[in-house]
Amino acid sequence: MSQVPITAAPPPVVARPPGRGGDMRAALTGYAFSAPYLILFLVFLALPILASLILSFTDFSLGDLTAPLGAPFIGLQNYAKLFSDDKFRQAALNTAYFTVVGLLATLVLGLIAALGLNRALGRLRSVFRVGYYLPTVTSIVAIAVIWRFLLDPNFGLINGALKQIGVSGPNWLGNPTLAMPCIIAMAVWRNLGNVMVLFLAGLQGIPEDVYEAARIDGATPWRELLRITLPMLRPTVLFVAVITSIGYLQLFEEPFIMTQGGPLNKTLSVSMYMYQEGFSYFHLGYASSIGYVLFVVIAAVTALQFRLLRND
Amino acid sequence: MATTTTTAAKTAIAAGRTGGQERAALRRSIIYIGYTIGLVLVAGPFVWMVAGAFKTAPELHRIVPTFLPAEPTLDNFNTLFQKLNFPLYFLNSAVVAFFVVGANLLFCSMLAYALTKLHFPGRDKMFLLVMATLMVPSTVTLVPLFVLMSAIGLVNTYAGLILPFAAGPFGVFLMRQFIGSIPDDLIEAARIDGASELRIFRSVVMPLCGTPLATLGIFTFLASWNNFLWPLVVSTSERMYTLPVGVATFSIGQHSSDYGTLMAGSVLLVAPVLVVFLLLQRYFTQGIAMTGIKG
Repeated sequence: MSQVPITAAPPPVVARPPGRGGDMRAALTGYAFSAPYLILFLVFLALPILASLILSFTDFSLGDLTAPLGAPFIGLQNYAKLFSDDKFRQAALNTAYFTVVGLLATLVLGLIAALGLNRALGRLRSVFRVGYYLPTVTSIVAIAVIWRFLLDPNFGLINGALKQIGVSGPNWLGNPTLAMPCIIAMAVWRNLGNVMVLFLAGLQGIPEDVYEAARIDGATPWRELLRITLPMLRPTVLFVAVITSIGYLQLFEEPFIMTQGGPLNKTLSVSMYMYQEGFSYFHLGYASSIGYVLFVVIAAVTALQFRLLRND
Repeated sequence: MATTTTTAAKTAIAAGRTGGQERAALRRSIIYIGYTIGLVLVAGPFVWMVAGAFKTAPELHRIVPTFLPAEPTLDNFNTLFQKLNFPLYFLNSAVVAFFVVGANLLFCSMLAYALTKLHFPGRDKMFLLVMATLMVPSTVTLVPLFVLMSAIGLVNTYAGLILPFAAGPFGVFLMRQFIGSIPDDLIEAARIDGASELRIFRSVVMPLCGTPLATLGIFTFLASWNNFLWPLVVSTSERMYTLPVGVATFSIGQHSSDYGTLMAGSVLLVAPVLVVFLLLQRYFTQGIAMTGIKG
């Protein structure tokens, strides 16, 4: 209690005098309390967002790190290169595939899991809720490492189990057609619990008497779902869809650890391509343009979802 | 629990027949079985990880894999702790998480206090600006942040690992919800008694914020502990690796099929999170309630 104040807080006053002096002091106190957050915010978030755009118009490379302001300005060349880059196109397609299929599967399965938990289960609800939530709080790195072992063609659990019933399993992550579905399955497995918990919170916000009224009118469970639950859950669906797709569009750890983007670049994601260009080849200007395109796409997808799912 | 029971009872009454009741009971058991299978699928990979961490190298490379270790061994953990630098990675992760959590608790609460209980020009605009960044993807700042960190010499330092995560909009949002609900009268009374704003913040507001601070602390700890992409980029030297970077780098190098060590490393990475989550899981539920996700 007796430490020296570390911020520019005013000395104790018996009662704040009215008028300009008091206002001024109050304003200064307000800024003093906001300062630590705002400084971090400006330096490590606002500045980089702006710098990202500027960097994407330069040919920034390893040598420029010592004198960042001297990087050659090349206008829109990075973007022109990007749109004729086959590897980028492949990465964009892979990311779209992952996001669309992964998002739909996560939303549908998460909703089913939440509906069941909300209606049918009493005592065990919290056990299932905690259990299903576990993968969400676990490091993606650990999960990707574990799944790579599970899916190992020779020593993994899945092919081992298949062998027991006389089936010789495929090389899951080494097969260009199967690798991405495996990564999608893992992402759904990991995010299901989170989506379920969010839907469950939404479902519990729907008043019980709406259902009772519907039941008195003889509504079937299916009609209840379509006419009451889903429409009233719309804000939750919007929120869940937005945060899940923002996460999925930035797919990185899973291919980085499980496939390194292969086979045949079939699991290379946009974030991973950005990482390779930026930090393996130090084409930092080009990597910035990849990051910026991803940023714009994420913003556009979010805006689109708001338009589609907003309550009119 | 009580409401679920009455709901079930009402459903049964609405069905009106004993046949309906039997069918409801059957449906319930099918749902229970479904959720139990789901739980096995969720837990399976974790059990596989723990079992793998205690298997010997020959057992891990058997053509028909065993599920549980036939002859449990600590070899894999010995490799991690004695031959590899995992104790250092663990320490790095812990140091980073400690400072990230502390800074978030302090700075987000301070801003939240200013935004709800102090009056100054531009306050509402400041709040909107902070909230607008809630959904900025981290990939967009990755390259410029690295350029910035090399320019100011913070690559391969704790500061470089900590500073970009020392404050975030989620914490402001969460703390603002709570501090905003503290009655103004309470704060006004302290002001009349002559307490400075810093004193009020420290001795009146913060002691009331136990639950939201715990919630924010847990969320921030998990995010920091699991964070991967930024530590991967900013730790170019092995001595600054955090645990996820250490595990990932080991897993894609020449040791990519050294599953025993990898599973032991994963156990090290997952165990603190499981402990925190299982002991403190009620704060998660509260966090979801407090951030107003309810429809």
